[in-house]
Amino acid sequence: MTNEIEEAPLSTTAERRAVTSVVGATPGQEWAIVARGLKREYDMGGEIVRALRGVDLAVRRNEYVAIMGPSGSGKSTLMNLIGCLDTPDAGEYWLNGTLVSDMSDDALARVRNKEIGFVFQTFNLLPRSTALQNVELPLVYAGVSGDERRARATEALQRVDLGERLSHRPNELSGGQRQRVAIARALVNRPAILLADEPTGNLDSRTSEDIMRVFSGLSDQGQTVIMVTHEPDIAAHARRVIVLRDGVVETDERKENFHERLSIHGSSVVG
Amino acid sequence: MRLALTQIRVQKLKSFFTLLGVMIGVMFLIAVVSIVEGMGNYMQDDLMGKLIPINTFNLRTTPDVQLGNVDQATWQEWRRRPRLKDEDVAPVLAALPSGSTAAVLSQDNLMVESRYVPKPKQVNAMNVTHEYFAIKKLGVTEGRVFTEQEDAFGSPVVVIGTDVATYFFPSVDPIGRELKIGHIPYTVIGIAESQGSAFGMSFDKFLVAPYNSPLKRLTNRHGVIDGMMIQSPDEQSMLATEDAVRSVMRTRRHLLPEQKDNFVLETSDQDLEFWNKIKGYLVVAGIALPMIGLVVGAIVIMNIMLVAVSERTAEIGVRKALGARRRDILAQFLVESATLSTVGSAIGVAAGAAVAALIAAVSPLPTHVALWSVLVAVLLGAGVGIVAGVYPASRAARLDPITALRAE
Repeated sequence: MTNEIEEAPLSTTAERRAVTSVVGATPGQEWAIVARGLKREYDMGGEIVRALRGVDLAVRRNEYVAIMGPSGSGKSTLMNLIGCLDTPDAGEYWLNGTLVSDMSDDALARVRNKEIGFVFQTFNLLPRSTALQNVELPLVYAGVSGDERRARATEALQRVDLGERLSHRPNELSGGQRQRVAIARALVNRPAILLADEPTGNLDSRTSEDIMRVFSGLSDQGQTVIMVTHEPDIAAHARRVIVLRDGVVETDERKENFHERLSIHGSSVVG
Repeated sequence: MRLALTQIRVQKLKSFFTLLGVMIGVMFLIAVVSIVEGMGNYMQDDLMGKLIPINTFNLRTTPDVQLGNVDQATWQEWRRRPRLKDEDVAPVLAALPSGSTAAVLSQDNLMVESRYVPKPKQVNAMNVTHEYFAIKKLGVTEGRVFTEQEDAFGSPVVVIGTDVATYFFPSVDPIGRELKIGHIPYTVIGIAESQGSAFGMSFDKFLVAPYNSPLKRLTNRHGVIDGMMIQSPDEQSMLATEDAVRSVMRTRRHLLPEQKDNFVLETSDQDLEFWNKIKGYLVVAGIALPMIGLVVGAIVIMNIMLVAVSERTAEIGVRKALGARRRDILAQFLVESATLSTVGSAIGVAAGAAVAALIAAVSPLPTHVALWSVLVAVLLGAGVGIVAGVYPASRAARLDPITALRAE
């Protein structure tokens, strides 16, 4: 199986095989994410909502993926599963070669700490802590010692051009700067995937462009980036766009095709 | 840990109110225990030493110091006891081991007058043998104590306490002047050292005359004495001395072996025993009452922590998303509430000590801040914080990260 994939890099066939291969099989090294038949249902006051009805997904290392879809399409649920904040009712989720779909809460916390860097729409910085303290937080939970923590957090902030603002509190920073602090915090543990949920939702368009450049730069440096958004022009920065509808993957396209499709169908992909 | 502390620093006002409950509880605990301890120390070291000196016991019909209630039956038995007589003195003295000293004394509260004040006043008047001064280590600041000769002759001289001196001789030197007791004049020959006071009662309202002075006829019926104060040279010989006196008295009273003593050998230990019993109750009360304060404090802390948890739900969500495990969140909130309540109890200790010092300064009550009460208070405070923090902290730790993240 591994050989076949190597023979066909970046082909959808390879992804299909990664996803549909024998249940329980460990995916190859090159896959950051392999999800097989993810299902998730919610009980909303007696009414069963089937948020995900069997999602197959494979993301390579270094990929830059945008997940889109109208509200109710299940993209938030999928993001929670990818981010290990939730576990599926059925299906397998392999993250960085580890099966995480049936882990305990504390084990998931560990995975979130090591493998996932979250960037939220509302930044979610601790308001009373400085930029440096905020970025140090994942390292605190990773059990990294004080000096190394400061060094790594400083370095992460320098990567997002905030080396001069280490001791500023969130309310002393602009929206774009706050989001960059959040990105530094997401990167500081060198996660397998950077998972961004509407990262520009609270930013004006100029700042949004700024943030998107940061993401593109990280992607160029080899960081796997997964971004959930409903804005097509934000999604356009990604090299691959997955559109969900009614709990299943509707389309999964490379950037070239996506541009074409956007120009033909306009906002039809947007909810 | 540090994050939890930062949180406390930035929410000063709220933290202060959280502290308040614990603080007040601890403050009362420290204050009450300090007063009880202070009184205890005072009783032991000072008051008892003044009433009954060290290595000394009193041979009396009934106890002189009566702390607490004496029941009806005991009281009636005491009233039926024969009084001590002049003729008991010589056999008792004869039975004392060498090195012991004994003084005979009679006492009553008598009206005393002087020509320098218009109003007579009641004074604790004693007629004692001269050994009394040595046994009680009672010295004079002015004049002298009476001599063996004056004692034997029954000269009408008195040594007076400082309160007596200031009352009856407001503007003149009392030495050499007269005091009248029962129309008989007595010459003041000495002013005794101040004995201080306890609980607002002065120990300086007394006068001492020689045993055989005319005062004798006022303090007791003819031939009757109040008691003897007997001092052993050291602690070891005290029991032997007591036994010697007891056996002489039992023989003189013709008591059969199965009959109880119809007199008392009163030591300071016996009186202290009773005090220790009271002190036990007081300490229990001193801890039980502040406990109520601490329970209230615990409820306040629990509520404030619950509010803190719900206010910081989003923060908890972020922390969980970033990899905080349940125990990390639990620890964070527990550290926060334990720190709050420990700081609260520390402030409470300081406030309690201040209250104790204030009480000592403005009232006659002596106080003493006991180290054990400080330790108990701080441990109790920290314990309250942990106990009160467990429920809110476990609620926080159990929060679902997705739900928590959505809260704003």
